[in-house]
Amino acid sequence: MITDAAPIVTARIGVPQSWTLRAYLENGGYDGLRKALTMDPSEVGQEVLTANLLGRGGAGFEAGKKWGMLRKAEPVYLVINGDESEPCTFKDHMLLEADPHQIIEGTLICAYAVGASQAFIFVRGEFALGIERLTAALNEAYAFGAVGRNILGSNFSIDLVVHPGAGAYICGEETALLESLEGKRGYPRDKPPYFPAAIGLYRAPTIVNNVETVSNLPWIVTNGGAAFAALGIGRSAGTRLFSVSGHVKRPANYEIEMAKTTFRDLMYDPKLGGGIRNDNQLKAFVPGGVSAPWFGPDQLDMALDQDAVGKAGSMLGSGSVVAMDDTTCMVRAAWRITRFFHRESCGQCTPCREGGGWLDKIMRRIELGQGRESDLDLLLDVCDNIAPGLSWPPQKTTICVLGPSIPSSIVAGIKMFRDEFLVHIKEGACPFGR
Amino acid sequence: MADEPAGPPRITVDGKVIEAKPGEMVIAAAERGGVYIPRFCWHPRMRPVGMCRMCLVEVKGPRGFALMPACYVPVADGQEIVTTSPKVKKAQDGVLEFLLINHPLDCPVCDRGGECPLQDQTFAFGPGESRFVEEKRHWAKPIPINPLVALDRERCIQCSRCTRFADEVAGDAMIDFIGRADGTEVNIFPERPFTSNFSGNIVQICPVGALTATPYRFKARPWDLDVVESTCTACAVGCRMALQSSQNRLIRHLGIDSEPVNHGWLCDKGRFGYELTDNPGRLRQPLVRRGDELVEVSWNEALDAAAQGLRRIIDGSGPEAIGVLGGAELANEDAYAWAKFAKGVIGTDNVDCQMGDGLPADVVLGLPRATIDEACAADAVILLGPDLKEELPVLYLRLREAAVDHGLKLIEISPQPTGLSRHADVRLQYRPGEVAAVARALAATRVPDDGAGGVSAGEIGAAAELLGAAGSVVVVLGRPSLAERAETVADAAGVLSNALPAATFLPALRRGNVHGALEMGLAPGVLPGRVSLDDGRAWFSRAWGQVPTTAGMGTGEVLQAALDKRIQALVLVGADPGADFPDRALARGALSGVGFSVVVDLFGDGQAFPDADVIFPAAGYGERPGTTTNLEGRVSRLGQKVTAPGTARPDWMIAADLAARLGADLGFSSLDDIAVEIERLAPSYAGVTPQLLARPGYRDGVVVPLDGSGPSETDRPTEAIEVAANKAHLGRTVLEDEPDADAPLQPRADAPISAVAATDPGAGPAPSGDRPPLLRFRPGPPSRPAPPVDAYSLRLVASRSLYDGGTLVQRSPSLAALAQAPCLRVNPADLGRLGLTTGERVRVTSSRTSLVLDASADSRVLRGSAVLAFNAPGEGAAELIDAGQPVTDVRIETMNQGRERSK
Amino acid sequence: MARLTAENLQRARQLVALYPQSRSALIPILHIAQEQDGWLTPDGMAHVAELLELDPAEVYGTASFYDMLFTHPVGRHLVSICTNLACMLNGAEELLEHAEATLGVAAGATTADGEFTLEEVECIAFCGAAPCLAVNWRFFGNVSNADFDQLVDDLAAGRLADDVPPHGTLCRVRRRVGLTAGAPAEAGDDPGGRSPQDAPA
Ligand SMILES: Cc1cc2nc3c(=O)[nH]c(=O)nc-3n(C[C@H](O)[C@H](O)[C@H](O)COP(=O)(O)O)c2cc1C
Ligand code: SF4
Ligand code: FES
Repeated sequence: MITDAAPIVTARIGVPQSWTLRAYLENGGYDGLRKALTMDPSEVGQEVLTANLLGRGGAGFEAGKKWGMLRKAEPVYLVINGDESEPCTFKDHMLLEADPHQIIEGTLICAYAVGASQAFIFVRGEFALGIERLTAALNEAYAFGAVGRNILGSNFSIDLVVHPGAGAYICGEETALLESLEGKRGYPRDKPPYFPAAIGLYRAPTIVNNVETVSNLPWIVTNGGAAFAALGIGRSAGTRLFSVSGHVKRPANYEIEMAKTTFRDLMYDPKLGGGIRNDNQLKAFVPGGVSAPWFGPDQLDMALDQDAVGKAGSMLGSGSVVAMDDTTCMVRAAWRITRFFHRESCGQCTPCREGGGWLDKIMRRIELGQGRESDLDLLLDVCDNIAPGLSWPPQKTTICVLGPSIPSSIVAGIKMFRDEFLVHIKEGACPFGR
Repeated sequence: MADEPAGPPRITVDGKVIEAKPGEMVIAAAERGGVYIPRFCWHPRMRPVGMCRMCLVEVKGPRGFALMPACYVPVADGQEIVTTSPKVKKAQDGVLEFLLINHPLDCPVCDRGGECPLQDQTFAFGPGESRFVEEKRHWAKPIPINPLVALDRERCIQCSRCTRFADEVAGDAMIDFIGRADGTEVNIFPERPFTSNFSGNIVQICPVGALTATPYRFKARPWDLDVVESTCTACAVGCRMALQSSQNRLIRHLGIDSEPVNHGWLCDKGRFGYELTDNPGRLRQPLVRRGDELVEVSWNEALDAAAQGLRRIIDGSGPEAIGVLGGAELANEDAYAWAKFAKGVIGTDNVDCQMGDGLPADVVLGLPRATIDEACAADAVILLGPDLKEELPVLYLRLREAAVDHGLKLIEISPQPTGLSRHADVRLQYRPGEVAAVARALAATRVPDDGAGGVSAGEIGAAAELLGAAGSVVVVLGRPSLAERAETVADAAGVLSNALPAATFLPALRRGNVHGALEMGLAPGVLPGRVSLDDGRAWFSRAWGQVPTTAGMGTGEVLQAALDKRIQALVLVGADPGADFPDRALARGALSGVGFSVVVDLFGDGQAFPDADVIFPAAGYGERPGTTTNLEGRVSRLGQKVTAPGTARPDWMIAADLAARLGADLGFSSLDDIAVEIERLAPSYAGVTPQLLARPGYRDGVVVPLDGSGPSETDRPTEAIEVAANKAHLGRTVLEDEPDADAPLQPRADAPISAVAATDPGAGPAPSGDRPPLLRFRPGPPSRPAPPVDAYSLRLVASRSLYDGGTLVQRSPSLAALAQAPCLRVNPADLGRLGLTTGERVRVTSSRTSLVLDASADSRVLRGSAVLAFNAPGEGAAELIDAGQPVTDVRIETMNQGRERSK
Repeated sequence: MARLTAENLQRARQLVALYPQSRSALIPILHIAQEQDGWLTPDGMAHVAELLELDPAEVYGTASFYDMLFTHPVGRHLVSICTNLACMLNGAEELLEHAEATLGVAAGATTADGEFTLEEVECIAFCGAAPCLAVNWRFFGNVSNADFDQLVDDLAAGRLADDVPPHGTLCRVRRRVGLTAGAPAEAGDDPGGRSPQDAPA
């Protein structure tokens, strides 16, 4: 069901020149910050806790709770994650280009609530226009007095830095992001002990939140946490942006109320995905970024509810849903995803670095018709050596979950489409003709 | 925390309860408790990274057991760990299989074959056959990353030990991971080799054969190697090392992880200097002068010639007409024998083991001493000495670690930038020659407004403040520049010791066993065991028969006296003033002018000692046993692994034989005889018996003088010993000890230490009467101040680099290639003022001579000064220095005169 | 080629001033070096190392981790075609083949005239307009073969110069203020680029 909940983070999308301060101010811009500055920081944190705002970066951790876990030490840093690189996720990209002031305002509210001494917005390097618009917006915001010393006439002062990335998926992982922000190779840090809230940027306690997560903050402060919590159901509160792509007729970002809408709505509703291209049959879909194990058409009626999807063995992850119709070669699809992880492994952990390359090679030879039947067991066993038990959320033999994400599509592919794999092997060619 | 558990944390590993050390990682605690967890990236001397994932074990947490890297999980009381479950086994097998899929199968031609952790773990833990059928990853192999180390990227398993060593331990981050994912390689920046003084360590800690030492490549297979423990004498740090030989040739040195000293590391000079042993230029037979020629003769003939020559001078001009120089390269026992020979037999006190490049013996022996550990654990260290990275490299590593990781505050007092400058909290870069003025200002209750010695009042104030706040202070004391007289440094040391009465001193003298030689009395005015000539006269006269009546001259005065014909014979024991004395003109003049000279050395081709009358071939490092004493006063054993070439003999025998020819009996027929006599007579060595040093707990040596509580045993961490014993990583192995040369000898009953004396009843009489007291340094009058600099001159700073023109480097082909020609470094402003450009050839003139050198701009050099390597191959600072002057000023002019300069 | 120019050195110093620790400015400064030379020259990297008191190997090691930083020369136009899942499902592999044929180079290579470097890239977060590509990180969506040919023509003829700066230019908007310094307000600072995601103005 699509509800008539008003959009929160996309409210200004479509407004002419929505990325400028003028447009932003005409549409309620910086009201949330102004209000927040009249509150005690802990009250702001309380509103966010009440709102039940789940992180939108992938792990879905409650924002308010995370803020409460900061190690008590000075300084505290705030880092906003705008590295969006999970394949088929393109919501943050849009927010950065279309509504940069909302991100700045959200960042400032967050910084105020957690007592940060400096905030950084880490933007994926490839988002050139996003970086330009965010930088321009930041200049405007400084000039307007919304950033810098004595913000909006209050006693609160903080500086904000837009930090461009340089092209590495792993830098979306929060600890790799911090390493990268420290000017190093983007190597994830072991957790424990390197939970950013405890040991983060320059070893100081640090909050890392996603661009979309903080984009909700102005609304939450203006309207109250309870109003946000009233949207959605239970822990899956509020609205959320979903990037819908693949074989749908209307690929785009859609902001919808969580838990009330289903995957079917998302892909088939004429106002949303609009159905499968050429009205083909849906064969399978990615429910939350390519790290997530695939779902089949039988799961179409599952609500976009974080916990329900988790219970079914996958995740809403980065909020990207990719429809694959019945013309899709699932071996090729799984291979392409494997290739992605192989390339993007940071290279620290033996299982991910070497396993990624090996799995890529096995998948390639199956797709090219040179596989053997024993390859399926081999694939599963190699996957098991990266993610023991092959469950989701995964156990891991690695530092971060990039490695254990490699098995997701391979294992799902073999489970759901074993025959299709076998046809490749037996016929010595891809039945879909590539 | 409120309820900290009382005792050490206890953890359970596979059902076994292990007592752990707080803060250590599970992998280390388990190993000490006898459970070996496989690993590649973890190294006990570096921070964990948890990258290779080989050490995965199950650790019980709130949600049951989970796979965690044992190298990255700190111990916690009550922690439960399982290392043998099927889940652990599968994870470890999996990691090993992953590592092998791209690892070449070239073990038969790999230097690491036979001592390879990857190979070993494949046998011990790994799966059987490879299921990987694809083409392996390819890289061009092997590539040199510097002249000493070759890199084979195909064999690399990306454990990051080498890159971490370079960055974290050495501070030379010149190698790094390049690329990403399975395209990651270790490499250098294009065209910029890994010019670290510590590069050999990365070969030793590489867990596969990716990094190999060029001098060792294909020379031997590990199972053919014999091994013995020893202490490096390439400098005075005294790193513990394993000597490995094959077919009576030294073939490899490996660092041993000695907790108090080197933590497993070696510098490249110590590691690769073994090449000298094998050098074809080694003397095999004594030489005697016949006319213009040195000819090979028998030992008898040579000893007779030497004895006759010395006898003639003793009889004709008295014993004071003989100077005995050198001894800092000898073992303690050899040094003692030569001291006894010089002072007890000849009767001269014109004896000096230092070549004018050190400090007066009373400064070194008479100031309260610190150990390396104490320096590292101090609140603040004053660095008043040379560039440790170049002269005492592993001391640099230790202090650097203390500064970077443990908050040690460093105050550097030096006229030039050094390897530790970037870690110094305060730097007092002073005008050459004015170190004593800086020390006085630092010690003053009020810092003079205009500072001192070219250092601002603010900087001196900052240092004083830091010292005021420091509970414990250690002064690392040496020669900041050889163009500045030792007296100034002694003066500064006196000022500091008065101002900081609780401070202790760590002498930064470089030469291998200079400390042993000083302790053994090879310096004017002292006798063995850290006693002054006056205090020890009675005691040693009784034991030796005679000692000189008045204090003699140091090397500089001896050389001057030789030039003036007051000294008529020189005995050079493992020393070449012509190469090592800061004033080369003086040294060369003395050597060619002296009437008679006897040389004891490893090398004696006419080039080295053109003026010698007799040359004796001596046994060198690795060719003789004995003990050595490092800069802390730590006495440890040297290992003998090979035999000396030809008829070369240990130095002590040569002294004994010469004494016999002069009608005296030194009184020993074995090395142990000497060791026993030293223990008995030399007060600072009381209690230091061969038996004590042979015990496993004392392999890392004991610091003299032993205090009442007895020497403490040291705990040996694991890895380096294992590697040295070719049992890489698979378990703890202790090196076989070398057998003792002779029957066990007992220390004296009244040796002033409890632990040893109580268990080993005494033997051998001591002279009657009281042992002389240990020397104490008494500051003398202020040193001569440096004259003002004239505007046209630059004041010289003579520094040293690790790879120099000295024997060890020049006779080790792999190292000789690394020595660089001297280059004059000048502040860009001065260079500009003199109308010069960087890289230009310039004429440098001092009162001594004039040289043509390359000049380069270096903004870290103080304005008004010029830094030049001393002892670089070829002509350098030694030519320019006039040892008679407090400082050396030079003028610089372009060679392009008359030509129009283009820019 | 090339150490940083005086102006870029100045920009680099300003960047360093934005961070609590100077090494944090490394990647932003490398973008500037790449804007200057089109790629990261050894001299450029060595200069950056000097500036940040790093070893050049650390700069090289860091740069080489990142896909956008090139330690070898590339063309004036870096054409990055995404073939990740959403684009693949919408014909990206065919588009890439077409691009290779049109430009006459395989993915990863540069045309002989140094105008174009073609690369196959991972998802560029423009999947709503699959298949898509970027030229010097300016995005183009729903690209047909014909669109591609037109794009190449336009680029070669300089018709897109306003939208697509030369390779290496990441951000044409300069930060105006340092830390905590208020700057006088100025009117809108629109960089002028456009995104296919924009609503009509
Ligand atoms: C491999 C990997 C890639 C990730 N990429 C992103 C990303 O591109 N953007 C993002 O916001 N979070 C990403 N995350 C999640 C972050 O680690 C982190 O959980 C998130 O930024 C926290 O913000 P949130 O709590 O607001 O969601 C990634 C995680 C992993 C393991
Ligand atoms: S799992 Fe992969 S990406 Fe993650 S830290 Fe390990 S090697 Fe890097
Ligand atoms: S991960 Fe623990 S030893 Fe490598």
